[in-house]
Formats: sequence, structure tokens, C-alpha cells
Amino acid sequence: MALEDWFAPATALPGAAGVRTRRVSSGQWLQAAHDFAAANGRLLALWASGAPGAGSVRAALAANAGVLVTELPLSAAGYPGLGDVFPAAGRMQRAVFDLNGAVCTDADRRPWLRHAAWPADFHPLQDGVPAPEAEPLRHDDYAFVRVEGEGVHEIPVGPVHAGIIEPGHFRFSVVGEKVLRLEERLGYTHKGIERRFTEMPLLEAHRLAARVSGDSAAAFSWAYAQALEGLAGIEAPVRAAWLRALCLELERIANHLGDLGALGNDAGFAFGLAQFSRLKEQLLRANEQAFGQRYLLDTIVPGGLRADLEPSGTACLRGCVAGIAAELPRLREVYDEQAGLRDRFVGAGRVPAQLAQRLGLCGLAGRASGQAFDVRVDVPCVPYGELAARRCGSTDGDVAARVTVRFEELCESFRLVQCILDGLPSGVHRIAVPLPPAGGLGLGLIEGWRGPVLLALEPGAGGAIRRCHPHDPSWQNWPVLEHAIIDNIVPDFPLINKSFNLSYSGADL
Amino acid sequence: MWKTLRQIARVGIITETPAPVDETLRVRDELQAQILAILGRALCIRAVDAGSCNGCELEIHALNNPIYNIEGLGIRFVASPRHADMLLVTGPVSRNMELALRQTYAATPDPKLVVAVGDCGCSGGIFGEGYASRGRVANVIPVDVAVPGCPPSPGRILTGILTAIAAQRGAAVSTA
Repeated sequence: MALEDWFAPATALPGAAGVRTRRVSSGQWLQAAHDFAAANGRLLALWASGAPGAGSVRAALAANAGVLVTELPLSAAGYPGLGDVFPAAGRMQRAVFDLNGAVCTDADRRPWLRHAAWPADFHPLQDGVPAPEAEPLRHDDYAFVRVEGEGVHEIPVGPVHAGIIEPGHFRFSVVGEKVLRLEERLGYTHKGIERRFTEMPLLEAHRLAARVSGDSAAAFSWAYAQALEGLAGIEAPVRAAWLRALCLELERIANHLGDLGALGNDAGFAFGLAQFSRLKEQLLRANEQAFGQRYLLDTIVPGGLRADLEPSGTACLRGCVAGIAAELPRLREVYDEQAGLRDRFVGAGRVPAQLAQRLGLCGLAGRASGQAFDVRVDVPCVPYGELAARRCGSTDGDVAARVTVRFEELCESFRLVQCILDGLPSGVHRIAVPLPPAGGLGLGLIEGWRGPVLLALEPGAGGAIRRCHPHDPSWQNWPVLEHAIIDNIVPDFPLINKSFNLSYSGADL
Repeated sequence: MWKTLRQIARVGIITETPAPVDETLRVRDELQAQILAILGRALCIRAVDAGSCNGCELEIHALNNPIYNIEGLGIRFVASPRHADMLLVTGPVSRNMELALRQTYAATPDPKLVVAVGDCGCSGGIFGEGYASRGRVANVIPVDVAVPGCPPSPGRILTGILTAIAAQRGAAVSTA
């Protein structure tokens, strides 16, 4: 069935622009996924509310025609899995079982977020379930897929890694130094964020949203504010919307600068780390002067911004970003001409466009593999339509392409920051947010630096939260890393991994 | 190559002087004299993320930039707890990381120091304790110095590290 026919009977959701929802039967649930996949669409998120028999499972599907959230009531018999249509659904469905206790028909039923710390029959997102007594500490006996054959051996890495990075386990099956297969085991930073949301007041939980993944604080807190404001029936002041976009682009610049330095360093070029980390520090200090926060935590709040940007802050950011923009071409030239870097970057960790499409690679890494989707361009909120954000991309799909896309997105973000500072509308920076009525669903959708950040919010009675699902694009992109490393050598894994730079906390929740 | 060299010369040396130690961050008072006698001022740190939101990791990374230049103080991050004198631990300790954190602590040779970084490491922070979180680091392993902040600035983290290795209360740390 054509996508228009899915959208026509659907109702608009409060929050992000262009998002609609409809209740479906289990046959339609599967058919909608097939139709979106056939139209080169993608799965933005899959999550559940409540328990089997009382709750529902939802899938956010995106295509050129817009974003559709399908909602399927959860029966005790389970729901049809979408793993065959969207491979990225697999881990999300396993998490739905761990958290809500709802089974799907897909074959892989291994736990994902639950390791050995709590009993298998405890599902923390079922309404009113008390937390169990702590289980005695024991090893998590996870059923990794074994690769058999002459000369094949396994290298287990993590959860504690050699660098200053988040914890996760990687199981390499190798012959010599060539990787035959990588299997990820994540969930180590699962700290119960979604259950914690239900213990927090609606008007304060943007602070928790900002800490889903600290490097994406602006994206998550904006998505939270967008969902809540939609539910409350208000719109943030236009000045606040522009300042939020400023924060989002500053966050993108800071992370891209950090990654470019780290990628140089991982390829043995310490000069890159020194130079880019210096520029990043300059930007963080300008953030602190302008917004009182190096990483813009709690800067975006429901109703607007915590504090207005003063003229001194505007001048400071303008000078800082112009300075970085002036230095960048010099550094890019050095990166482009460094034979050692080119040797490591080109061809490493390649994800061809067709594979990226099939697996649903999204965001920055997706755009380096020919997947153009960018929320700022395709379903823009204020002020991105007016700013006419430009799409960046490549079809090469290797580490070099992900470096190139970062350089190009930096240039575009410099332009956007200048446009925002030049055209910043006057007016108030914050308005009061009335409590929304209980029930319903609000959706936030923001293009964070890593990719599309989605946040689904269901208010409860009296200013409480019934359910909040923050969704980082790392959910979709982690499984693709397992493909990117195939046939590469083990020593290139840190570089390839860094070129994706996915969030553990953002997807472990 | 000359472009690289010219850029290095153009930037010059931009390292700043760190703040003095801050005794108010100390929560446990053992080992310091012993550590100093053994290590002098060369310190190896193993960073362990026990469940953080990755905000604190960003600031620990920043310690390596040329402005804080932590290696210039004789302090470096190492790849194994077996090479480390100090664990720098972030996050509320997730239940899924508790065993790994205990094992990392056990693998670190004595005498060892532990610095808990960030509001979550100090108190559990916004995540608190729950079915999946053990809360503050001191609920799982002994902590010598705790540096609050969300996230604490690189300067504060550095102060916490230097406080942990300062020989006596009130001693100034030379950065020469």
C-alpha cells in the first residue's frame, strides 16, 4: 500500500513537525514496516509502554513522505517482530522484552539490557512493579555466536577498555589478524533511565534527558522540550527556537572537532589530537562564557532557554567560531596531505551504500554511506526551514568518508551559527509551561550530532511521567559496526570504532 | 611536513598552570606518604567508566589537551589496571558494571588510590540507586578523593588527582 494511504487516516502527534500516528492490527504493523522499507524508509525507533495485555508497542517509521508512529496493542501472545524488514529492530525488541516483558516472534530471544543483575521475571517498565532484591554478583553467561573452523580464535575485549571510553564488550572471531566476525555485547551502562523517568516530575525531567548521553545534551533536552511543549499545547518563543538551534550546532561543532582529533591520534598522528582538542577547548570555554555551561547541559529547558544569550555572549561565540572556522582549512589541508593518515583512513571499515540502506545506518555515519536523511533538512523544525540547512554526504562509506563528512558538517555548522547570530529574533527567551493532561503521546525529533534523536513522552496524572523513551541513533548504528569491521584487521578496530563514535550510555539507558 | 611544523610553531606553548590541591575533596586519608615515596610524582591512571552518561569522560579527555597538558605533570593514562597507581572512576556504578569494577580494583597493584569523578560518582547523582544502579562509587570500592560536578571541569578533576597524591594536608604541588 502506498505511504500516503498509511498517513491519510493517521492523526498528528504533538511535538515535532510532520509526525503522525495510527493504531494498527498486527497484520498492518508488519505491512506498514514493509511498505516503508520498500519506499527506502527507515526505522527511527521501536519501544513499548506497559505490560502485555495492557500496553502497546510502537514503531516510528520515516520516509520522504514523513514520520509515522504505528501503535500495536500488546497481547499476551506477543507481537510480530520487524527484524526481517529492519535488522536494527532486533536489539530494540530484545530490550522491549527485558523492560516490558513483551515477546516478539523473531528468533533471537537472548536478553539484551538484562545481564545477571536482576531476575529474568522482573520487567522494570511494567506499571507498579517493585524493584527486586539485589541478586548475588555473578558473571553474565551470554550466548555469543561461535565461529568454527581451522585457525579461528576468539578475542574478547572489555567491558573495561584500554582508552578513556565507555564500557562494552566486543567478541572478535579472527584468523590471524583478520576479523571474520565481531559480536557486540552492550548494556553495561544500563542504569535504569527509563524507570527513573517515571519517578520524576514532567517539568523537571529534561535534566535526566540531557544526561541520557552527555555528549548529546542539547539534542536530547531539545527533543524532550519539543515533546512536552507539544503536549502542553504551547510553542517555545521564536527567539528560544533560534537559540536552541545555536546550542545544537555548537554541540555538533564540539563533537566533530573532538572526533577529528581522536581519529588523527588513532592513526598515529598526535598532531591532530593536539590541534583539534585545542580548538574544542576554545569552543567549550566560549560556551561557558555565553551559556554558563561547557556542554550546554540544562541550557535548553521546557518553555525556552534557562537564560537568555547576552550581547557579550553573542560576541564571544561569534569571535570563537570565526576563529575556528579560519583555522579549519589549514588543518584539513594537513589531514588531506598526510600520507600516513590517508593510508589508514581510505578503505578502512567500509559500509557500502546498499548495505547501509539495508541495515538502516543513520545520521552522520549514514550520510557518509549515501544515506541522505537529516532531520534538519527533511522534517525541519523552527528555525531550520528558514536557515535552509544543507545536507552533507559521501557515498564512499569508509573511515575517510566519515572524516570528510565531519569536515563538511563543521563548515555548514559554522555557517548556521553565523546565520543564527546575525538573524537572532528579539523577544522573550522563555515562557511558562502549563501541565499537560494525562494520557496521549508527544514526540520530539532532533538531528543531534550523531544522528536523529527521538524522544517519546507520555504524561501521567498530576504532572507525573507515565513513560519516556529517549532514543539515540546508536541503537541503529551499533549493529552496522559489526559489518564495517569484517575483513579488516583487529588493530584497525579502534580507528573504525572511533569513526562511528557511538554512544554506549545513549543506547544502554 | 612544513605546514605541520608551521602550525605547531604558530600555536606555541599554551599550557596553563593547574590550581593548587583542595583538601576539602579528600574523603579518606591513608596511603599518601607511601604513594609519594614509591612513585615520586610520576602517576599512572586507569580511567573506569562504571556507568556514566559519558559527560565526565569528555572532561577527562580534555585533560589530555595541550591547555591542561596532564602528561606535562608526569601523569598519564594507561591501558591496564595492572599498570595503574590510581583508578579514576565515573558514573553511578551500574549493576551490570559492578563486577567489572570490583575486578578492575582487585587487578590494580597496591598501594592504590581511587578518585571518584562527578556528581554520580560522589552521590549517585540524578540516576541515584535502583534496580540497575548501585549509586556512588564508594558503595562498591573504597574512594580516597571525590570530585563533584556535572561534569566537573578539567581543572577540578586535575585538582582532585593532585589532592590524592599530595604528601600532606596543605602541601603545595609543584608543577615545574
